[in-house]
Amino acid sequence: MLSRTAESLYWLSRYIERAECLARILDATTRLVALPQAYGGQTNEWQSAVATAGCVQSFQNKYGKEADERSVVEYLAFAPDNPSSIRNCLETARQNARAVRTALTGETWDAINTSWNELQKMKPGMSREEISGFLDFVKDTSLAFDGSSFRSMLRNDAYWFVRLGILIERADATARILDVKYHVLLPDQEHVGGPLDYFQWASILRSVSARTSYHWVYREGVKPWLVADLLILNRQMPRSLASCYENLSRYLDDLAQFYGRQGNSQRLARAMLTKLSNATMEDIFQTGLHEFITSFIAENNRLGGAITEQYLA
Amino acid sequence: MNGPGGVRPAYAMLAKWLEATPREVIDYRRREAEFIFRRIGITFAVYGNAEAQERLIPFDIIPRILMADEWKKLAKGLEQRVTAINHYLKDIYGKREIMRAGKVPEDLIFENPVFRPEMNGKPVPHNIYVHIAGIDVVRVNENDFYVLEDNTRVPSGVSYMLENREIMLRLFPELFIDHRVEPVDNYPDELLTTLKSVAPVSSSGEPNVVLLTPGIYNSAYYEHSFLADKLGIEIVEGRDLFVKSNILYMRTTEGPQRVDVIYRRVDDDYLDPLVFRPDSSLGVPGLMSAYQAGNVTLANAVGTGVADDKAVYSYMPEIVKFYLGEEPLLKNVETWRCREKDHLKYVLDNIDELVVKEVHGSGGYGMLIGPKADKNQIDTFRHKLKTDPRNYIAQPTLALSTCPTAVNEGVAPRHVDLRPFVLTGRNRVRIVPGGLTRVALEKGSLVVNSSQGGGTKDTWVLDR
Repeated sequence: MLSRTAESLYWLSRYIERAECLARILDATTRLVALPQAYGGQTNEWQSAVATAGCVQSFQNKYGKEADERSVVEYLAFAPDNPSSIRNCLETARQNARAVRTALTGETWDAINTSWNELQKMKPGMSREEISGFLDFVKDTSLAFDGSSFRSMLRNDAYWFVRLGILIERADATARILDVKYHVLLPDQEHVGGPLDYFQWASILRSVSARTSYHWVYREGVKPWLVADLLILNRQMPRSLASCYENLSRYLDDLAQFYGRQGNSQRLARAMLTKLSNATMEDIFQTGLHEFITSFIAENNRLGGAITEQYLA
Repeated sequence: MNGPGGVRPAYAMLAKWLEATPREVIDYRRREAEFIFRRIGITFAVYGNAEAQERLIPFDIIPRILMADEWKKLAKGLEQRVTAINHYLKDIYGKREIMRAGKVPEDLIFENPVFRPEMNGKPVPHNIYVHIAGIDVVRVNENDFYVLEDNTRVPSGVSYMLENREIMLRLFPELFIDHRVEPVDNYPDELLTTLKSVAPVSSSGEPNVVLLTPGIYNSAYYEHSFLADKLGIEIVEGRDLFVKSNILYMRTTEGPQRVDVIYRRVDDDYLDPLVFRPDSSLGVPGLMSAYQAGNVTLANAVGTGVADDKAVYSYMPEIVKFYLGEEPLLKNVETWRCREKDHLKYVLDNIDELVVKEVHGSGGYGMLIGPKADKNQIDTFRHKLKTDPRNYIAQPTLALSTCPTAVNEGVAPRHVDLRPFVLTGRNRVRIVPGGLTRVALEKGSLVVNSSQGGGTKDTWVLDR
């Protein structure tokens, strides 16, 4: 396969995944700020959303004021000058898809193209209700893409590069959510059980669509260390770091077998998977949740770089 | 259609069907066709039109129909013409006998910007220059097809031939049962066979064929990706390729892989920045030297522009006679070459009755249709003709045949032309029965180019 084709497949799926993660973050934030002031706490949740999206600096440069609903929704969802706004993510995804149409199945192309055609009809200045509809549309796009690629693509390198893009992006998104919110997950006795943090935890779960899953897995009330466990170590949870690496490692092994050659990316993925398999939440809290997550984000970027170097350049 | 009210026999059955089918059904199918086109993303980019960056070419659901005999005659003429063109190009870049015989003026070739001196004395694999030709023809009466234009560089439009048929089969299955239409969907196989047959002698094993595109912003990108998909070959851009020791490779996830044949959809100018335009990043540095060393085949060859320039066109009957010793089966439209003094005088005197075209123009840009032009436009062209006569030719406006077409007012005659695609491989010419029919949707208009608002139709060749 052409390196450029692999590169386009990988970024196509990364951008679709990114759009979906942004939609979930916006959705969860909207819910959280809608609560009465007493539950809202001192933090500016819109600012947190910008931080989770990883664009504090560019947001500040553009608006030069404190984040609020209007500016954040505009910037994260629609702004043409934010390369990672949802709109730009979907545009870039389709551009990549067009460039590699021959490597996609008709159904997969159709999923992307149909949603792009819809996107063209949407006008700026949406009401809250319309925005909520828009966020659903973004999630549907990602579902349609994921579903059609899962159901129709051959299980060969093209499919694996699509999966790798999704998983690297997803691991990054989950880690960023944890990074911004790690302070409410620390087992700090003073806050435990307080109504304020309860809604923060619930919001974290919502941003990874795991509110129901949580109850199925733990069968008890929302506890911060369990939320952290679910998002970091629990392999049943498809957005957890452990699950992402279980699959990254698997698809990279598939590629290595297909091409008959191992490389740096296989080694890095396996090392991280081993690290996550051997860790417990106690260890992680002990050595510092924040440090753990910061180092994970760096490692995950390194794996992305290794994949690029090994296959896409 | 055959004069006012007359219907050619090929259309008899269709006419009956049209009469029996209610307007609403036809309108409904029209909308359905448009929906399908948009959904599968067959679009066409129009240069200089940012808002309509991806536009649909209007599709007309009423097919253009040819009887088996009409087609057979046309196909023979096409094969003859393209065979002569290949002889001519080999001669131009080789012995130049046609110039020595005084049949084609030397300056027309040597001073032509599309003549490529780099190709002088460099044989191309299997002596084929034009592997894929799109010959635009029109019929003006019962018996005669005229060639409007030979497209021997990178002719496009074949994806519409294939997609239009797909859509017709989906929308009107009942019509196909009555009509027995020759299939066209073997075109990709024929093309791939043609391309593989011209692999360089130095390549070993199954030849690796790729399609070279300028990229997703090119107006024909949809077609490039469509064809690569149907052929099952990689669609590459210049940056995917590199040359080492005069061998061409592509970058893959498993390391470099040799490329033997390029179906290139990039113009000569952009192929290799070391030889042609240095500012272009679309091509591959070193490609020309690999090509000249005989290690890669370009389809079409470099320098084929000297066969389809509109001034060279006027010599085509001579060219056919010179190389094949046969009378040309397809006619040429009478053409005045403004480079010649007496022709220029005639054109200036009769400009309001003529179509004036730029020698290198295409897509319906840069032309004057005398009978439709206002005084201002005519004055502008008079001035252009006097300052740069070599850049223009002129032709009479033809009484083009029309074909029933679904328009807003119902079904009405509209002017059409036809671009069949002629494939030339080692030892064989292949032509799929059909082509791209383009239709001028404006009443009375003669301009069928998609960039000027023309549409397309499916083209049916019947089995009898």
